[in-house]
Amino acid sequence: MLMDPVQSLVKGLADKYGRTRESLLPVMQGVVQQEKYLSEYSMVEIAREMDIPASDVYGTATFYSFLETQPAGKFIIRVCKTITCAMKGKNQILFSIQDMLKIKVGETTPDNRFTLLETNCLGWCHKAPAMLINDEVYTDLTPEKIREILSGYIKKSI
Amino acid sequence: MAYSYQLKRVDFIFKNENNWEKVLATTIKKKPEDIINELISSELKGRGGAGFPTGLKWKLTAEAKAKNKYVICNADEGEPGTFKDREILSRVPYKVLTAMAVCGYVTGAKEGYIYLRGEYKFLEEELNKAIEEFHYYCKETNLDFKVKIFMGSGAYICGEETALMESMEGRRGEPRNKPPFPTQAGYMDGPTVINNVETLVHTFTIFEYGAKKFYDLGVQYSRGTKLFSVSGDTPKPGIYELELGMSLQDFVYEFGDGDTKAVQVGGASGFLVPRKKFNDTAIGYQGKLVGISLPTGGSMMLFNSSRSMFNVLDNYLEFFREESCGQCTPCRVGCQQLLLGIKAVKRGEKPASYLEKLLRLTETMQYTAKCGLGQSVANSFSSIVENFREEMIY
Repeated sequence: MLMDPVQSLVKGLADKYGRTRESLLPVMQGVVQQEKYLSEYSMVEIAREMDIPASDVYGTATFYSFLETQPAGKFIIRVCKTITCAMKGKNQILFSIQDMLKIKVGETTPDNRFTLLETNCLGWCHKAPAMLINDEVYTDLTPEKIREILSGYIKKSI
Repeated sequence: MAYSYQLKRVDFIFKNENNWEKVLATTIKKKPEDIINELISSELKGRGGAGFPTGLKWKLTAEAKAKNKYVICNADEGEPGTFKDREILSRVPYKVLTAMAVCGYVTGAKEGYIYLRGEYKFLEEELNKAIEEFHYYCKETNLDFKVKIFMGSGAYICGEETALMESMEGRRGEPRNKPPFPTQAGYMDGPTVINNVETLVHTFTIFEYGAKKFYDLGVQYSRGTKLFSVSGDTPKPGIYELELGMSLQDFVYEFGDGDTKAVQVGGASGFLVPRKKFNDTAIGYQGKLVGISLPTGGSMMLFNSSRSMFNVLDNYLEFFREESCGQCTPCRVGCQQLLLGIKAVKRGEKPASYLEKLLRLTETMQYTAKCGLGQSVANSFSSIVENFREEMIY
């Protein structure tokens, strides 16, 4: 029988990390890396492959803010909203991103390229404001820098 | 007369990384008891913020009888205003690995883990390269110790040691009841040493130079140096290694912008110190130097008079509300109600005296919450509300 992409992804990850409970986070992280989020289907698939109750997989996934359970775009933008970034102009950064991408916080662009989120302290308070795009860090942000960075990503994803 | 101040800058953490092979080789020739005694006599305390004596932690784990023991390096640096652990792991990773291996040698642990927060995933590749080279060295010298990275996924509470272990075991990061403490039953129920990144680096300094050199730095009860993460309204934000025990006034002379209204010591879970108390506050562990002494994981956030303390508290409470794991009621409901409460007072929907009710709620949380998160919300809440009451109301 031919396996669908999610099935074979989950199987590959379970082969790599193991099928015990300690491997659950690495497996889920691997799925998110590839698929950008954990769909109900992929969570059930993980549960089946690792022989863990699906409710436990869901319960664990929803605990962690980086394990998205909602559909997300190719590039997930996480803008830090904790105190120092908030003091150093986080709102202006958000405005310029929203202005460029025409989405609000929590939304994904219709072409599924960008998701905009706010997040808690990223650990770059000395270079605030800061944001992550997927795993990449950007610091000392200004609206001008935002335009530059996002233009780069827009070109990259065409 | 000009006030003369003294901040003792030191430079141990970021230098001499190249010595690691030598330090490792000479240290593991000593008896485990001698290494533990060295650590105990240095009076090194945990640098993550809680301040547990490191030597004692290693000793308890070494004495525990079990087949599998573990060493965990806690790099889930999530406290607002802290960014030192990332800097250590990216600049001197071999020091951390050496310290973990020595800890393994002392306690009998063969496996080590670095729990790296999801926000620092970009460090993973470089760190894995260092681990690979380190393993090669271990193999050459017949040292039976392996280190793996475990990635977190964006949860502040996983910095709490038992929540971190739950997370590594594939579950929600909800803190466990203590006892048993990790030194008896930690990761996978094995005796576990879990140390902050910076604590491990300080053990390296002690192995390299001896306990006395470390002990001679700092003040009584607060020995050695500490990395401070300085941010907020300061002309020179960044990371600084300073001797412990300085007065907050001296700190503000060095790092303030001339208009410093308050300093948050120890991040959102720490204390806010207003200008009038700078002189009476020292940075270190318990024991009195001048007035109160505040421990810190190294987060120092400065606020000048353009900042509204209401906004600051509002930001902290939103942080705690989101990061509370939700397991125990005082913390889950408490954080929500505190946030709603201060907003209601600000809008005039509740009288100013409602603040006293909220203060009593933080007191209840301090006594009844299961872990440090819920217990420490009272720190910033009471220190802000009591010192800046007007800003909360008007």
